[in-house]
Amino acid sequence: MATEWPQTRRTGLADALRGAREMADQHYGIWSWIAPVDHKRIGVMYGVTAFIFFLAGGIEALLLRTQLIVPNAGVLNHDQYNRILTMHGTTMVFLVIMPLSAAFFNLMTPLMIGARDVAFPRLNAFSYWVFLAGGIFLNASFFTKDIFSGELGAPDCGWTCYSTLSSKAFSPGHGVDFWALGVQILGIASLASGFNFIVTILNMRAPGMTLFRMPLFVWMTLVTSFLIIFAMPVIAVALFELIFDRLFNANFFNPDKGGNPLLWQHMFWLFGHPEVYILILPAMGIVSEILPTFSRKPLFGYPFVVFSGIAIGFMSWGVWVHHMYTTGLGTVANSAFGISTILIGVPTGVKVLNWMATMWGGSLSLKAPMMFAVGFVAMFTIGGLSGVTHSVVPSDYQQQDTYYVVAHFHYVLFGGAIFALFAGFYYWLPKFTGKLLDDRLGQIHFWLMLIGFNLTFFPMHISGLLGMPRRISTYSEGQGWDIWNMLSTIGAFTIATSILIFMINVIYSLRRGEAAGYDPWDGRTLEWTIPSPPPHYNFEKIPVVHARDPFWHEKYTEDEQGRPIPVVAGAANGHPDEAHEEHGGGHGIHMPSPSYFPLIAALGFPIMATGLIYDYALVAVGAAVLFVGIYGWALEPATEGEEA
Amino acid sequence: MAQAVGTAHLETSTGLDNRKLLMWLFLGSECLFFGSLIAAYLLYRDRSVAGPYPSDLFDIPFTSVSAFVLLMSSVSMVLALAAIQRGNVRGMQIWLFTTATLGLLFLSGQAFEFTEFNHEGLSLSTNLFGTTFFVLTGFHGAHVTIGVLILLSLFTVSLQGRIQQKDSLNVELAGLYWHFVDIVWIVIFTLVYLIQP
Ligand code: HEM
Ligand SMILES: [Cu+2]
Repeated sequence: MATEWPQTRRTGLADALRGAREMADQHYGIWSWIAPVDHKRIGVMYGVTAFIFFLAGGIEALLLRTQLIVPNAGVLNHDQYNRILTMHGTTMVFLVIMPLSAAFFNLMTPLMIGARDVAFPRLNAFSYWVFLAGGIFLNASFFTKDIFSGELGAPDCGWTCYSTLSSKAFSPGHGVDFWALGVQILGIASLASGFNFIVTILNMRAPGMTLFRMPLFVWMTLVTSFLIIFAMPVIAVALFELIFDRLFNANFFNPDKGGNPLLWQHMFWLFGHPEVYILILPAMGIVSEILPTFSRKPLFGYPFVVFSGIAIGFMSWGVWVHHMYTTGLGTVANSAFGISTILIGVPTGVKVLNWMATMWGGSLSLKAPMMFAVGFVAMFTIGGLSGVTHSVVPSDYQQQDTYYVVAHFHYVLFGGAIFALFAGFYYWLPKFTGKLLDDRLGQIHFWLMLIGFNLTFFPMHISGLLGMPRRISTYSEGQGWDIWNMLSTIGAFTIATSILIFMINVIYSLRRGEAAGYDPWDGRTLEWTIPSPPPHYNFEKIPVVHARDPFWHEKYTEDEQGRPIPVVAGAANGHPDEAHEEHGGGHGIHMPSPSYFPLIAALGFPIMATGLIYDYALVAVGAAVLFVGIYGWALEPATEGEEA
Repeated sequence: MAQAVGTAHLETSTGLDNRKLLMWLFLGSECLFFGSLIAAYLLYRDRSVAGPYPSDLFDIPFTSVSAFVLLMSSVSMVLALAAIQRGNVRGMQIWLFTTATLGLLFLSGQAFEFTEFNHEGLSLSTNLFGTTFFVLTGFHGAHVTIGVLILLSLFTVSLQGRIQQKDSLNVELAGLYWHFVDIVWIVIFTLVYLIQP
């Protein structure tokens, strides 16, 4: 993977597939999808795949909420409930929010820093394929029991998969094996993309794009990628330990032999808290792009927003015990981590204040992307505040493992991350489809989702404080929980309706949406200087950057009061480049050739994982596939022109 | 040759080669990987409820020799890189092969040690010592194995004349990885074998 050398001779295999490659080279035909290396295409594939998983996770959520609509409902039994709950959480974290963020990393980072692609296009394709393989593998667990008679084979240990719930004794069957190996595979995908985006951002910036001229989204991608490459190995070790315990009778979490189940919790949360910032920082980046554009003002306090992002990145390593207050680590540990947890609220608050200051006094344009961004700020703030309430140890003793915590993390993950990701869709999809999404449908989507979201999750604060434990498959009446659960379930279906409207909007706009043009929002950053959809090579000429918000400064100067005035008539809405759109057509720009080896290499992982569970012979097969992929990859030239 | 698209022969923003930066980041990530494994070993040290215990099994002189072998392989790795940077393909081939051989020697030492321990009653499931010891040193051994494969691949490709002075980065990257794996062993050897409470 790491090494490549120039090729002087072709192998037979490569020869045979040369035609296919050439076809893909011209960016049409099925091969351009099987062997993609273009960051935009990979971004779209990430987005579409993750959205499909979003629908799956959403259906799981609806099943859970239907079961909880009234006391003692008979929709799901305990076992089914546990398994669907586990898959819902795991799916939303690892198969939806992370890959949707990855979709935006892919689509946007190269455009925003003025690059033609990422640093390692084939590694990028590899990330996608591994992610897809891991997602399918994880979900395949459903079918390891007789699903048609209602027996689900999925894992039943919760998305945190605490030991000893995850041990062979308490979870026989293969569900947890699939979970551990599936998350492990997904980790490989994240690691590969983490490396790739750090190198891309550090090394591939256009001339003049200094670090402190980079758009906030790029900064947050960078911080997130660093969190990924340092957090993923920690969970990888924890998962290996779990796998060794389950498959080879090791004793890491086996109390009989002196093992300590708490080790899992420490490792999980040492990974887990950075992980929640892996989930939210990209969302913060998206919002930090949208608010300035639709307020027609630069981001307020850019350096503060950047540095608080970096500070969050560092501090996220020092708070994990707030998930473990009730495990008996002692007053000193609890107090120390209580303080660090309260402190991490500070940079978070700095960001919120800067977003509000960005909007303050701006000329706001409340288009759909902006609505979702503002919704993000409001909902995320509520989630942040409930987070601070359970940073307080005695208070958390009451809240731990109740619906109050469920309310907290849905306000930050759904009200936060998902709202921001939708903001990103409305804002950036037109760049890649060339068609604007319908704004009226977008507004309906927004309001329905906002109402549905609050209807679902606000009542959970109350049911939680009334003592309703999380992760229960049913409850009896007379505890004051009924009405709140009813509301939550109604809310969940409201959210589902809003998602349907979004899908209709996408399909509708693809067919007959208004053309987006280069710059539909009067944007500030480099992606709006190129056509929608962008050509394969992004920038015909690599731009030279002179300021933060480079495109804005190309279009506007300021009067004495700091109000923007257009530089040249027409330049503000029209486009300096539009006139000579046709020239050149990008001939002579060397782009990387498509490659199917990343796909082959990626296939090795699920095969090996299946082999570990069922038949060791398959492990050898998987390893062989992986080797073929890696060697083919290392030995093929990166671009067609380079072999001579 | 760098995958840096369209900028294959341009400077990077930092001046650092893309692939080299990638390797450094990868090794940074690996630190956390081995750090977690070592932490688990240390946490469970002396917590085994039944034997055999480390003091019953460790053969320090033997393991010192194999640690020395691995250390020497780092020297030959340095020589391989120095050779190709001067354009001495022959020299590089010799030293690459030497490095791989030393790596294999280390691995056979580990295989011998594992079987030996196994004979004396230690398996993955015997006790916490068995669990943490085999997993930690096993993952290190897996890393050495991958390193040997990389070295042998480089060696083979170079026999076809495909590694010249201008391609020395390939050797350098393999070297970075190799030295890292070596350093990890020094840490493991010290913490697991030498410092025993
Ligand atoms: C203002 C910053 C935040 C603070 C002070 C905070 C604090 C906490 C605390 C103390 C808990 C443990 C509650 C318990 O189990 O009793 C918790 C749980 C959780 N938080 Fe936050 N949080 C913050 C922001 C976030 C963000 C931004 C996210 C994700 C995007 C997040 C995701 C979660 C999740 C997923 C859990 C529950 C994990 C589980 O047990 O399944 N939090 N938070
Ligand atoms: Cu946390």
